[in-house]
Amino acid sequence: MSPTAPPARRLLHAPPVAASPFPYHPGSLLSASDLSLEGVSHILARATALENQDPLVRDRILAKRRVALLFYESSTRTRTSFELAAKGLGADTTLVSSLSSSIEKGETLKDTGLTLRALGAETIILRHNSSGAAWLLEAETRLPVLNAGDGMHEHPTQALLDLRTILAHLRPGVEAVTSETLAGVTVSIVGDILHSRVARSNMLLLPRLGARVLLCGPKELLPELAAQAGPGIAIERDFEAALRQSQAVMMLRIQAERLAGLQLDLDEYKANYQLTGLRLAAHAPAAIVMHPGPIIRGLEVTAGVADGPQSVILEQVRNGVAIRMAVVERALLATEPGGRA
Amino acid sequence: MTALVIRGGHLIDPAAGVDALKDVLLKDGRVAEIAGPGKLKQANGAEALDATGLTVAPGLIDMHVHLREPGQGYKETIATGTAAAAAGGFTAVAAMPNTLPVNDSPEITRWMQAPERGAVIRVFPIAAATRGSKGEAINDFAALKSAGAVAVTDDGQPILKDNIMRETLAAAARVGLTVIQHAEDTRLTQFAGGGASMNLGPVSFKLGLRGMPPEAESGMVERDIRLVTELRDARAHLHVAHTSTAAALAAVRQARRSGLRVTCEVAPHHFLLTEEHVGLYNTNAKMNPPLRSAADRDAMIEAILDGVVDAIATDHAPHAVHEKEVEFENAPNGITGLETALGLCLRWLHKEWKMPLGRVLSLLSAQPAALLSLKGRGTLTVGSFADVVVFDPKAEWTYNAREGRSKSRNTPFDGWTMQGKVRWTISEGRVAYNAEE
Repeated sequence: MSPTAPPARRLLHAPPVAASPFPYHPGSLLSASDLSLEGVSHILARATALENQDPLVRDRILAKRRVALLFYESSTRTRTSFELAAKGLGADTTLVSSLSSSIEKGETLKDTGLTLRALGAETIILRHNSSGAAWLLEAETRLPVLNAGDGMHEHPTQALLDLRTILAHLRPGVEAVTSETLAGVTVSIVGDILHSRVARSNMLLLPRLGARVLLCGPKELLPELAAQAGPGIAIERDFEAALRQSQAVMMLRIQAERLAGLQLDLDEYKANYQLTGLRLAAHAPAAIVMHPGPIIRGLEVTAGVADGPQSVILEQVRNGVAIRMAVVERALLATEPGGRA
Repeated sequence: MTALVIRGGHLIDPAAGVDALKDVLLKDGRVAEIAGPGKLKQANGAEALDATGLTVAPGLIDMHVHLREPGQGYKETIATGTAAAAAGGFTAVAAMPNTLPVNDSPEITRWMQAPERGAVIRVFPIAAATRGSKGEAINDFAALKSAGAVAVTDDGQPILKDNIMRETLAAAARVGLTVIQHAEDTRLTQFAGGGASMNLGPVSFKLGLRGMPPEAESGMVERDIRLVTELRDARAHLHVAHTSTAAALAAVRQARRSGLRVTCEVAPHHFLLTEEHVGLYNTNAKMNPPLRSAADRDAMIEAILDGVVDAIATDHAPHAVHEKEVEFENAPNGITGLETALGLCLRWLHKEWKMPLGRVLSLLSAQPAALLSLKGRGTLTVGSFADVVVFDPKAEWTYNAREGRSKSRNTPFDGWTMQGKVRWTISEGRVAYNAEE
């Protein structure tokens, strides 16, 4: 023991963490936190403008530009809406999925990305089962990369379309968002938070507009440290208490494919966290009910709630096309004035 | 063998208590004479190295490296790994047994030391504790020791079963070998469909990566210390590899107070970096044990300064570029370390945190030599091996991984400022590295 060592902790200067080089391309959308609020406003405004535009005029915007969809996981909503969005702007799209390509033969993500670039792809929309895959693809190709879901990490276009849905109901007419836009609004995200990229992107985006995010779920699916993921995030284990505070309720599926051996008692889960008509009527009769899909009817939500008057689930799907038109346009034209966050 | 004289340097030999201007004569692979400047009596005709303004110290010893041979020569070979070590000031390295095949036999242990491997410094194999490092059947430690093994471990994997670890500690104690444990309770870090890839905490949650809880390390260290306590009369020696958590260090500290033979090493990345340095999926910041919290990192620094840590070891773990250019969770664990250890230790432990130079050098030479019972190394007294590093302790330089001598360049320290530039590394009287060649 050094005789000069004070008993208390020394003040030590440690090496700093270098600033992130991402995104390399201003048209990329890797994380919900890549966007400034000005950038978010611009995407929302472009989504509305493009949605309202004559399709025959709109399809000249990206006429013959090349958009690649690279999907390592199955998808209905995200893939179709990105494809419809790109085609709606006149772009040529090509779909590469892990089951019908050289990925099956062992080609790496880097090589697949470089191959798509050599084939003329100007942007790549990536869905991947590994967290961080979109960052790897962008670093290796330096193309604008749109993250359409990476493992358990992020799904930024989902957060944007969720925001558009929330605004339409709670702040109708608002498109230019500020840090106050959702002041006083509580959004509950309920269920399998641990494995959810939708939850993480919404947790990053909504609090920046002033919303409070309540996370709700059992310990196995919602670790305590989730509350440290950012400001404006809190944990409420009691589902009904969360409902009573919420203007929007986002229900999540249990991601069976990511449980990694975790055993859950589904009856107990339903007893505590299933959104039923009775619970909704008793505790959140005015809230909108959201779900990123796919829904497992009878597990996290009852059929009655999914199809009921408070459900905006299909509206979310429709908003997906508009938001993704704006995001694909931004990738190829980099029209956003605000730049990076 | 020709004689070599190092003139005009400042000799720092912490084990011998020397810290003064000295000339050193090396002859036939040994230290032949040490005297004040110009006072050597037997130096006539010896080739001279001018060490004016430089520090002369016992060659550094890294007790934890992966040289990848046999089996994975595309990552590193014994020749390239020892060249990198020499460039970093090392004159001896202890090579871990997780090769292909695993070094669990006297044959492989001897193969690694054969002159055909092209080592430019001494390689001391550490043999596998169990057959194939599977943690089931214990190897013949006496045979491994006589083939040259200096310790046993299943590094990369823990010895999980209590009875096997107890038997390993007892059998190693009987032949006078240290048991090095990679402390990781894999029941907490490996899952169906893949393992955790970084420290469990707010950062792993944010990045959507499965995390390794700190308890996976500290729990295993605590279990091992219980076993060493049971074997107190046998004088079993447990050495904790690459310690990374405050809780594991606390357990080691406590065991030492109880008089147990429990020692530990810390790697530079664990006293410099935290989980935040993973950034956005930098696979060159992925290793096992992973980068931990800032509190854990601070505990490493404290324990080094307080003397609880017995050695700095790099866990040099080269991987080819293409292996690291993949999704974070699919990337192999490990970073290189031989060429950055001295520069980082001097820049941070010595310059920033004011650790005396002699104590820093002791952690990198005399102490690991003692832990592995390497006789005549880690010190420069007459008769000891002529293993010497000569460096400029004040020189600042920027590390460029592309210019390194390792076959691999998977390092988070590319572009970092280093302090202390190696001028010559001399292994058993031969110049193994010369900065101007």
